[in-house]
Order: sequence, then structure tokens, then C-alpha cells
Amino acid sequence: MELTLWTYEGPPHVGAMRIASSMKDIHYVLHAPQGDTYADLLFTMIERRGKRPPVTYTTFQARDLGGDTAELVKRNITEAVERFKPKTLLVGESCTAELIQDQPGALAKGMGFDIPIVDLELPAYSKKENWGASETFYQIIRTLLKDKVNEIEKINPKRWMSLGRRPKVNILGPTLLGFRCRDDVIEIQRILSEQGIDTNVVAPLGSSPDDIARLTDADINICLYHEIAETSCEWLKRNCGMEYTTTIPIGIRNTINFINEVHEKLDLPLTNQEELEHKSKLPWYSKSVDSNYLTGKRVFIFGDGTHAIAAAKIAKDELGFEVVGLGTYSREMARQVRAAAKDLNIEALITNSYLDVEDAMKKASPELVLGTQMERHSAKRLGIPCAVISTPMHVQDVPARYSPQMGWEGANVIFDDWVHPLMMGLEEHLIDMFKHDFEFVDGHQSHLGHTATKGPENKEDEHSRSNNGIQKKVTVIWTDSGRAELTKVPFFVRGKVKSNTEKYALSKGLPEISDETLYDAKAYFG
Amino acid sequence: MSKVDLNKETGPREVFCGLTSIVWLHRRMPDAFFLVVGSRTCAHLIQSAAGVMIFAEPRFGTAILEEKDLAGLADAHEELDRVVNDLISRRPEIKTLFLVGSCPSEVIKLDLATVAEKLNSRFSGQVRFVNYSGSGIETTFTQGEDGALKALVPLMESTDDEKLLLVGTLANNVEDRFKKIFNNIGITNVESFPPRQSTKLPKIGKNTKVLLAQPYLSDTVRDLKHRGCEIIQAPFPLGVEGSTKWVLAAAAAFKINELKVHEVIAPLANRARQAIEKHKEILRGKKLFLLPESQLEISLARFLHNECEMELIEVGTPYLNRDLMEEELNLLPDDTKIVEGQHVEKQLDRVRASNPDLVVCGMGLANPLEAEGISTKWSIEMVFSPIHGIDQAADLAGLFSRPLTRNQILNSKSLATH
Repeated sequence: MELTLWTYEGPPHVGAMRIASSMKDIHYVLHAPQGDTYADLLFTMIERRGKRPPVTYTTFQARDLGGDTAELVKRNITEAVERFKPKTLLVGESCTAELIQDQPGALAKGMGFDIPIVDLELPAYSKKENWGASETFYQIIRTLLKDKVNEIEKINPKRWMSLGRRPKVNILGPTLLGFRCRDDVIEIQRILSEQGIDTNVVAPLGSSPDDIARLTDADINICLYHEIAETSCEWLKRNCGMEYTTTIPIGIRNTINFINEVHEKLDLPLTNQEELEHKSKLPWYSKSVDSNYLTGKRVFIFGDGTHAIAAAKIAKDELGFEVVGLGTYSREMARQVRAAAKDLNIEALITNSYLDVEDAMKKASPELVLGTQMERHSAKRLGIPCAVISTPMHVQDVPARYSPQMGWEGANVIFDDWVHPLMMGLEEHLIDMFKHDFEFVDGHQSHLGHTATKGPENKEDEHSRSNNGIQKKVTVIWTDSGRAELTKVPFFVRGKVKSNTEKYALSKGLPEISDETLYDAKAYFG
Repeated sequence: MSKVDLNKETGPREVFCGLTSIVWLHRRMPDAFFLVVGSRTCAHLIQSAAGVMIFAEPRFGTAILEEKDLAGLADAHEELDRVVNDLISRRPEIKTLFLVGSCPSEVIKLDLATVAEKLNSRFSGQVRFVNYSGSGIETTFTQGEDGALKALVPLMESTDDEKLLLVGTLANNVEDRFKKIFNNIGITNVESFPPRQSTKLPKIGKNTKVLLAQPYLSDTVRDLKHRGCEIIQAPFPLGVEGSTKWVLAAAAAFKINELKVHEVIAPLANRARQAIEKHKEILRGKKLFLLPESQLEISLARFLHNECEMELIEVGTPYLNRDLMEEELNLLPDDTKIVEGQHVEKQLDRVRASNPDLVVCGMGLANPLEAEGISTKWSIEMVFSPIHGIDQAADLAGLFSRPLTRNQILNSKSLATH
């Protein structure tokens, strides 16, 4: 039993719903009690869909349990097939139905329908949402292609040359309730078509069972989100020999790496390598003198595996930040995240507890947090600027404007989304600096709410309180000369100088900080 | 007696389960914690219904069952013990801990009553444990509150004092207004259940007169009756008419002159009717379809028809207790079509065929209906907004006129050209 106050991922059948809702001509009969329909609102409210998810809930009740729930399942399947006329039927169960073992998938298969039926077994007591999505996508592909793969030859990624056509790829992994998937797909298709590469199928988002049946027309697969598509890509590789890409095109370097990987796999010469450096504004914006203040900014990263790893790479290599924390709630990607953290000489945080994340965030004392909406709330409480980089989805993560994370435009979006909160942070310092001027109007509304203008002293308080209530009061006293000298320090480094000096004084056992102590500390830390 | 047209329907439903009521119960009693014993689905449901994100450490949580818990029951009891210990050391300020059963815990027959009993003796004097079920196989949405209140009834001490007991969660400001009105007509001993502090349960007995503020409390009412309480028959305090009759029924039970009540209520009622007027302009003659969810549907339909002159196409309700709803049914126009239960697909077919101006429905259905050009109002808003009483009547009407007004603004200026 695990005490959970809030969870990053839903149950695995919600993952299955993400796949079903992303696709066309498909219907999902879910053996589930009333109440499980709450999941519909994730799609209709958060994603603002104007369509109900294609799901029929059998809605069994306590009084049905003594009787024939299998009959109830069959009735719902019959009605769903008649009403929605799907080309493929998914049949599965939610957590409670799993316990009563009606085996709805097997029942459906025995009912004599002439459409493919995908029997979903998603263990609700050990797996979570992304796993459920991945498994569902894989089971659909397997069901619809398993006969075909025995008939066709292994797919050679270079076959487009002998077939006398442009190379063709599948883009696999984008789903509803995935972070910015809608726009990532557009961006990646645009990049591929500029390189003379056609898209065969995008799936699951926007695809139908007919599209799944022609996945094997492509030369290679693009695995756009490991969490969702890796299992499927592996199966297609094993059974049809289809190669797939593993680079996630988030950030400039990885977008270039991705384009290189695609070209290598297809044996397509890359002719515009130099041009690629200039496709996004991120490299120049990052290089421009204005961005000097970004150097060494301490950043704490938490999210799904794909986005957390990508964010760490961009933060370090493309924006010149210092990554002081990296973690994920995706246990399936723990290995990769640990490896990425090791490269940064930090320890990865793998957890499903947002309170553990908040504690780690406090300890790392970052200047910027990149996380999920939950980290945004935690960061707000701590008065730290934050940008959202990953699911779980919030209505704000489905913006009206074009806002990808991948490719060139994705890099532009990332630069703005990550740097603007820091500039707002800078504004906080300016407010702090000017608030003694007589022109300053009191009551200026900080974007961080009342937590922001309390200044660094307050963060110190929160810090000492955090350690299980043990009061770790800073006992060093600032003398008048020390205080006077501190006010002369430029505002944008004042907080850091203050904490460094205190740290220095404590380590040397000094009871007071004078102007001289401040300079001693400055020399000590360099 | 009104001759309403009662129908029953079964099939796939689109409603919340009883766990959802934790969202308002934990706000009503800030010294209580609600621990659901269930699955990841339960945890995800409550956080999604509660507005997806939380801003502070919540006073509700889920002990998520894992595979190893399902293997043997003794194990599950120990595990639950451990989780409760963790929770209490983490939140020492908790005075009452509700162990809330869910679909999976009911199906595996996890005996939460026994667990609660054991914990009660261990934490005696520190934390009180009660258990109830909010499972979807037994309860719909607001019935969760019925379960929680029923679980508290045995803890209420006995008294022979005469008092008026308002039963059902009310917004604090609404509760204060009601108490003032009752004081003004001469009923001075007025208490509420659930109370604002879980430990300050009202005492009850044969001189307790129960006035229901919410229509979904069948089981709680039964147990209060067993304890000797008198149940006052009344419609529910939604709108001017319902609220007036509600207060009058209480006054009658306390043998207070009707004229005295009218003296107190009349100025409030006049003010409220005036405030409703501008909403009535918009709502008059508009066709209303209510899908089942909160059990408030019948009272809402009565208000929107009688006071706002809307036409009723169909009034859905997840469950109909004829005894408790008798006064309400009498106030509805003849031949009002009431449907108990749901077959969501067939009901949506009827929605489309009847071309309504406004549909009251759950959040899962609202945007899809809007996309079809049908205006909607989320039913969950009725349990989160202060809508009870004469003073709130115009606000209640406003909840329904707003979507229609918005529709008019957007359509008359036609932003989109397609």
C-alpha cells in the first residue's frame, strides 16, 4: 500500500484512453464501475476536445456482482459496435473489473464480430498511465499487423532508392494529453519535408486502423516519445526489420543529431549541415551579450523521462546553466535519467511523490525550476521562477498558439519560456533596488505574489524550517559596516554574496560579519 | 398532488462516484482527513475532480492498493496500519480520520469497520476513526456525503433539548444567513450537521427536528430517525419558493406563527425576486434538459420552471427517493418527465432530438455538447457554489443565464467567419 496525496500519472487504462481518443474509427469498451467516467474530463476539459472519448463504460454496480456481469459486458459490446461501428475494437478493464475476472477481451472475441478485437490486459495494481498507453499502442499495431509481417520481406531502410521515390517515414508516439504533441508533429513533419523526406503515417494521433495497417509502407520509424512508442518501434524492428531513430529532437544539438540520424538510417546525403545551425534563434539569442547573465544559473529539472533528459542537455550545453537537480516520475526511463544525471555529476531523483521533489528542490536551492505543473506550484511557494516542460497536463499546457518543444521552433519556444521567468526574476531585484526611491509606488504587484518581495532573508527562513522542523537559525550577525558594504554590492548578485558570506562566517566560526569579512569571503569563494 | 411522469433507465452512465464528495467535505471540516483505500484510479479521480492541481498539502489522500496487498487480506490490514501511522505522524493536527472504501476495497471485501475499530482503541483520545464507502459500485457523487454523515451519526451524543438541526453541507456564509433568519423568527437553538469542526458534533434526540438542506441524504435520515429525530417534510432551500417553504416548514414544526415568518421573509423574498428578474428575462421560455448527477436536479428544475419560467424537457436524476422528494415533486408541473438512472447514449440521443437551449451535465459531456452548438452548465458547480437560500436565488439563476448570455454575445458578433 502506498500513501499518495497526488499522482503524476493516472492508471494504465487512462493511457489506453489516450491512445483510443487520439485515433479515429476505434472504440474502447471499458469494463468499469460508475465514476471511472471522470477520465473523460481530462480530454474534454484539459485538452478542450469537442468530442467525447470513444469509450463505453459498462458501469457495473454492486448488485450486478452477484449476478452475471459477463452478460453486462456483452450487452455493452454489442451496443457499442452497433452504435459506433468502429473498424477496430479495444476491450479492457479498469482496476475494479480486473478483480472480478470477467475477461471481457476473451468474451468479445467469442462474439463473432468481423472486426479486429484488441484484448487489453493492463495490470492496474502495478502499472501506470504511460505504460498503459505504450502497451495499448503496441497491442493495436501487433493485432493489425501480425498476419502481414509474416508475408512481407524485411524492410531495408534504403529501399526508397530502388523504388524510385522519396524516402518515407512514420512518426510514432504523439498522443492526446502528451506535452505539446500536436505542435511537435507539425514541426517535425516540416523539418523532414525540407530534407526531402515524406511522412507515411503519424500515429496514434490522428491515425485510423487503416493507417496502422500501412505502417510497413514506410522505410523507417521515428520514435518521437520513448514512453509511448519505443515498445512498438522495437516490435516493428524485430518483425519487419524497420529501423527507428532514438534521438529526441528537442534542443538545437539534438535536432541536428536527429536529422543526422534520419539521414544515416536512410542513407540519404545531408547537404545542408551548415544551414541547420541557423534555423533557430536560440543559438544567437543564447550567445548575445544580454544572455551573459544566464551563465551558471542553477536549474532544477523534474518531469517525464523524455522531456527531463532533453531539458538537462539544453540547459547545460545550449544555455550555459548549471543543472543542480534532475529527476523523473517515469520509472520506465529511470535508467536513462540516471545516466544523464551521472554525466552532470549529480544524483537522479526517481520518485512519484511530489513532496520528495519539493524537498529536493529546496535542498538544491535553484534559481530556475523546470518541471511539471506541480513543480510550478512548489516553486511558487518557494519564490523560485519556473517553466513547465512536461506532463501531467494542465489546461495551460494546451495553448491556442503554435508552441512546439521539438525542432527549430521548439528551441525558440524553449528559449522564451525558460528565460522569461528569469527576466521576471531580474525584475524582482529591480523592484527591490528601486523600492527606496521616492518615485517608487508602493504596492507594486509582483508576479510571484507576496512570496517574492520578502527578499532572500525569507527564503533562508523557509530553508531552515524545511529540515523536519528543526530550527537551524543562522546565528551570524551583520555589523553596520558589513550591512553597509552589502548594500553596495550590485543587486543581481547581492543574494548570492549574502549567503556565501554567511556560509563563510559559519565555517570559520565567526560570530559577526563586518565589511572585512565580506571581502574575505569574496576572496575565499573567488 | 402533481402527476409527474416517472421513468427508469439503466445502461452506461456518465456520473462521478461518491469519492468525489470528499472535495467539499474536507473543506467543510478542516480538522478531518479523508483516506481513500483504493487504487490509482481513485487518487486520479479525486485530484482531477478537485481541479487537477492542489496548492497545499491536501487533507485527502489515497492508500493505493498494490499487487501484494491483493494477495492476502491480513497483509492489507497491516499495510493500512502502517499508512495510517505515517499519516498521523505527518499530520498530528488531524482529529478525525475517515477511512473511505472504494470499488476495489469493496470487491476484495476489505473490512474497514474492523480496521477503524482497532485504530480507535489504539489512538483513543487523539484521533477518531470512522469508515464509510464512496465506491462507484454503490454510490453516485453526492451519495458519498450521505455515507460520511451516516458514519458520524453513532458518534453523536444524545440530548432531549429541543433544537433545529440543519443536515447537509452548506457554504459557511449560507449557513450563517440561515441561522440568522431562524433566530429572527424565534428558533434560537439551530445547529448544523456536518459541523465546521469534526469533533463538535451536535447532540441529537427525540426533540431534535431535522431540516434537510440537501436532498441526497436518504441513509443519514434513516439513522437520524432511529435516534428519535423528527424529520421535517419540506422542499429544499433552492430559490425563493423552496427556501420560503423550507423555513415555513421549520416554523410549523416549532409552532411559530406563519405571519411571523412572512414578516421576516417578505422583504428578503421581494428583494430576491427583483434580482431574479433580469435572469428571468433571459431564461423565460428556454428549453432545459438536466442530465443526472447530483440529485439536486429535481429541485433545480422546480426553481428554473416555477421562478424563471424555463420549459422542462427532461429531468434526470441518478437516484430518486420518493419520500424525501415528495414536496418537490408536488411543486413540479404535471407530466414533467423524470428519468431515474441513465443510459448515457440514449439520453444524449434525446438531448439532440429535443433541441434544448440549455443542458445541465457533467464536465465530461459539456464541451462535446458545446461543440455541437448546445449550451451547457456543469452540474458540479452546483455543489461548489453557495446556491442555497433566498439571498442566493438570483446567483443561482445567474449560473444558468450566463451560458445563454455568452452564447448570445459570441453569436451576434460572429467572430468566426466559417
